[in-house]
Order: sequence, then structure tokens, then C-alpha cells
Amino acid sequence: MSAPLLSVSDLKVHFDVGRKRLFGGGTPAVVKAVDGVSFDLKPGETLGLVGESGCGKSTLGRAVLRLLPLKGGRTVWLGQDLAKLDADAMRGLRREMQIIFQDPLASLNPRMTVGQIIAEPLTTFQPNLSANDVKARVKAMMAKVGLLPNQVNRYPHEFSGGQCQRIGIARAIINNPRLIVCDEPVSALDVSIQAQIVNLLMDLQKEMGMSLIFISHNLAIVRHISHRVMVLYLGKVMEIADRDSLYKNPLHPYTQALNSAVPVPDPEIEQSKARIVLKGDLPSPLNPPSGCPFRTRCPRATEICAQEMPELVSTGKDHMVACHHAGPPHLN
Amino acid sequence: MNNVLEVTNLNTSFWTPEGDVNAVNNVSFSIQRGETLGIVGESGSGKSQIFMSIMGLLASNGRATGSVKVTGTEILGVATADLNKIRGARMSMIFQDPMTSLNPYLTVRRQMTEVLMTHKGMSEKEATEASIRMLDQVQIPEARRRVNMHPHEFSGGMRQRVMIAMALLCGPEILIADEPTTALDVTVQAQILDLLSQLRRDNGMAIALITHDLGVIAGLADRVMVMYAGGIAEEGAVRDIFKRPQHPYTEGLLRSMPRLDETGINRLQTIGGQPPNLQNLPSGCSFRERCPYAFDRCINERPALREIGAPGRAKACHLDELSGARSPKIGVVA
Repeated sequence: MSAPLLSVSDLKVHFDVGRKRLFGGGTPAVVKAVDGVSFDLKPGETLGLVGESGCGKSTLGRAVLRLLPLKGGRTVWLGQDLAKLDADAMRGLRREMQIIFQDPLASLNPRMTVGQIIAEPLTTFQPNLSANDVKARVKAMMAKVGLLPNQVNRYPHEFSGGQCQRIGIARAIINNPRLIVCDEPVSALDVSIQAQIVNLLMDLQKEMGMSLIFISHNLAIVRHISHRVMVLYLGKVMEIADRDSLYKNPLHPYTQALNSAVPVPDPEIEQSKARIVLKGDLPSPLNPPSGCPFRTRCPRATEICAQEMPELVSTGKDHMVACHHAGPPHLN
Repeated sequence: MNNVLEVTNLNTSFWTPEGDVNAVNNVSFSIQRGETLGIVGESGSGKSQIFMSIMGLLASNGRATGSVKVTGTEILGVATADLNKIRGARMSMIFQDPMTSLNPYLTVRRQMTEVLMTHKGMSEKEATEASIRMLDQVQIPEARRRVNMHPHEFSGGMRQRVMIAMALLCGPEILIADEPTTALDVTVQAQILDLLSQLRRDNGMAIALITHDLGVIAGLADRVMVMYAGGIAEEGAVRDIFKRPQHPYTEGLLRSMPRLDETGINRLQTIGGQPPNLQNLPSGCSFRERCPYAFDRCINERPALREIGAPGRAKACHLDELSGARSPKIGVVA
């Protein structure tokens, strides 16, 4: 059992969205986007984060990289508490942690060439590299992610969405990071291109050994790429488990509902299956339900769910669930 | 006469300074009463533009030719006043993003009653009552109170329900749904898909369901049309298409999707390269540059859509039969 690369405990990110009046007063309001999330990430492991929009999965990804101020909790990177690092030390560590965004074109500077974009992290962290070395490294990186190295002087708008995502990946991996947060990296791409990018990420991970935090609302893709999966709902962890355990034996009613809501591309299964259809929508994060946040849509909710937030408890090897009524689905 | 919609030789092109873009190339199909036709394809495949042409909603530089008949009445190229008698009444459309297709300044009631007052000549009071009944039918709670709200007061899923209610007000014979669940979360998507199949059962209307999600198609469609580069690549009954795809593109699409119910984790099969530029299609078959089976004939001759086996089953491909035995080229990047 290897030591964790990253260890997150009781992480909290709160956004103050209250209206302030000019002379003080006003209505205080806080959105608890991430509220007490803990997990460990091993080297070379992929952790999938799933949940509906507004569940805090992107916020969590950014908070881990310290791109957002934390309200509380600890993030420990290879034994070092990140909160105790000064700005300079943190800057040095940034080389090891990178991020890939959802909108491939919007995350590239339109006035820089592809070569400049991919070289920027390299020249930032290794300013002494000669121009020729930089050029060689950039071209090698382009070839590695499946771009033609002779397109190094083109601009982002000359590439398709899938190719732009490859540019974003090349930029993220050029410094050999140990962690990449992938924030919905394939949601904006066509089906046939999604598979190319998923394969590329998996190949690169195999070759370079980095850890991935893979954020997506697509449960099938998360299942494909992840070793472990965390299910979030209104900023709280509902269930976290080993991939096979989570998909074969989900214990939280929310995970079960999510699983059954995903349409399977097979008409025989899809037109005859009994789906767990949740009532209503995600509640407002400004005013979350008391107790368990999922109780308003949960088919199993009882009185205790309104009173107490269930603890995240271990139910077996590498499987934790936060539910008063956890158990296999009985089609409710 | 059982066809609600009959499209013959539809061509849609857009004028641009760099030359015409042919978004839809010679597409013919029909939809029967009560039938759901799924239209799948990637962005730029022309799947939406077919229906924008049918609804008379093309951008100002767009031009559609051919014939479109709604229950026997020709509607392509007719005067807007005549078209207005049909769209919204006998044929209506819902879109991907319900927020941008509803008017943010008007209450839901204003937007809904307008439809009924225009098409059915109802009084405002009758129209309001009918609107509330329709909101009830699409399962919006407290419809009587909600009808006086503005679109921003509804959640995404509720807005899509409002859109569907509005589209159904005049009891259309065909509902065109353009990516109706793409902007929604999976749990809400499941609600909307359930609603659509229930409405189809109750009202017996035909649905044209446009989507890139093969899972959504599998759940709702009776028949499927696969689009590629503005043309029909393959069509047939939903089970045939998924069980025995006969066009290499359909096969590639199905193989490139990870599935929740797959056993073990297998490397995803990909379709190499990217969809072609519509301004500059390759000679012969538009899929040949990405096709693992391509041979000489594909370069020289554009394959016509031809019937294969069962009636209604057709493909535009020179191959006689796709056995699925040959493994596609992997990782070819243009």
C-alpha cells in the first residue's frame, strides 16, 4: 500500500453570496459548495467525481489545487500541509498539479500560437532552458498527444474541439505533473472524439504514472476511466468506493438513481427497464434541506433523515456510504 | 394516408463569403402517425438543419429546396402566413435550451395563451384554463399558481416541461424535439424522457427526436436515421440499428461509447480523425477518410442510399455486409 499523493480531510469551500447594503446590514447568505469532504488519492490512481450540476464537483477540483480559498479542512500533499506553505513554495508545487478544462477553445489564449501555449508552463518553471530545447520538448509533446508537430505555429481557432483538448492536455503534462484535475474534459466533444480523448488520458497515465481527478456528469465515462469513484450531492459525499464495488453494488439510493437514469445504448434493455425516477430537482444550495440533503428526493427517506446528516461509514473494503437506509436497491 | 411528415430530396445550403456550405444533401424520409423517429449524428451532421428547414427557421443566408409535406400539405417555400397556420398548430418544436427559447419578459401564461388565441381563436379566459390543464398534464405542480410566473422562476427541467406544454397546446400531429434533454442532468433527463413517452402514448403524436445520445434514442425511438456530413448514412428499425449496424460509421459510434453495463473495462474503439469540413467534402464517400473498411470504389464514387434486407432498412455504403470482424484502425489522427 503506497502512501497517498494527496490527502484531503474535511475540506470546506463556502461562498458568501449575501447582499450587503451600503451602510452595513443586509441579508447574509452562504452557499456551502463543498462541505466536509475527505479522501485520499494514491499515486497513479484515478478518482472519478460524479454528481449533478451544482453538487460541488468542479469547486472541489479547484479547491484541491488551491485555486479557491478554503473555509476549512486540510489538504496534505506528500506529507506537507498545503495551507502552511508560503506563496513561493506553493508556486513551486504548482508545477506538479495541473488542470484541464471543459471548454477546450475557451481555455486557450486565442492570441498565442499552439507552440507558445504548450511552452508556457515549461518556460515558467525552467527559465534557463534554451530556445531549441523548448522547441524540441514542445514538438515531442505535440506528437505524444496526437497533434502534428508541424502545426506548432498555428492558432487555437484553426483546430477542432478535440484537437484543442489535446493542446490543453499537452500544456498540462509538459512539466510531468503528478496530479491532473480533469474538469469535464470530454463533455463538450462529439461522441466519436470523446473516446479518442479518454484513451489518450488513460495511455498517458499508464506511461507517466500521474494521478487524475476526473470530474464528469457522465457515469459511463467515469466508470471507464476511474479506479475509485466519489458521488457528491449538494457539497457532501454520498458514497465513495472502488469502481467495481460502486457500480455493481451501489448502496446509496442517490447512486442507484443516478445509475438507473443513465440511458443504455441498447433498445432491448432501455425500452423495458424499470427506472428509478427521482422526484423534483436539486434543492437550492442556498437553502439546503435539514439533515441529509438528499432526503427531499429520496424514495427511502424517513423522519431521522430530516434530523441528522448520516455519517460516512465504511461498509466493506474500500466502500463508504452516508445514508441512514443504505442497502441494495429494491426498486423502491 | 399514414405519413404525418414526408420529406423528399431536401437540400439545405448556406451562403458564406467562402462559398456555399451544403448542410443537408438530398435527404428523403417520412414519419408515420404515432411513430418516433430518432435522428442521430455529431455536430455539423445536418441533423438540426433538416428540421430548421422544415420549420422555416433557417438563418437568413440559408436556402432549402425539395419538398416537405405535413399530412399531405406542401410547406416548403410557401408564404410565411401559410406556414404559420401549420407550425405551432399541426407541427411544433422544442429546443435544447429552454431558457433561451422562452421569452424572459413575459409570464408563462402570456406565452402560452398567445398560441391558443392565435391558432384556435380562444378567448383569453378559455386559453388560460387550457394552458393550466396542459401544465398539469406535463406534471408541473401547482400549475394554477405557476402559470403566472416568469421563465427564470422555473428550474431547467421545469422550463423544459413548460416548453413541451407550449408545444402541445394545439395538439400537434408531430413534435420535433431537438436535443430536448442535452442541457439537463441525468435524473431530470429521465423525468423528461418518461414524460415524452407517456405523452406519446396518450396523445398518439409522432415525434422526431434529434440527439447525439444513442442511449436516449435506444429508449424512445421506433426507427433511427444516422446522419453523417449532411446525408443519411443508415436508417432502419431501432433494434436492427443497434444489434446489426450496417454502416461503418454507426458501428464506430456504438463501439466508441463506454457503457455502464459493459463487462470489464475494454479499451474504447475510436473513430479516427474528425468529421469532414462541409465546404470541402472528400470525393466519393464522405466517411471514407475515417473508415476502416474503405477501398478504391469509396474514393471515386459517392455511395447512394440503398435498401438492404428489410423494407425501411437502408445504408449509403459500398460494402455488401458489415460483419464486424475487421477491427477498425486505432488512433489515426489527422
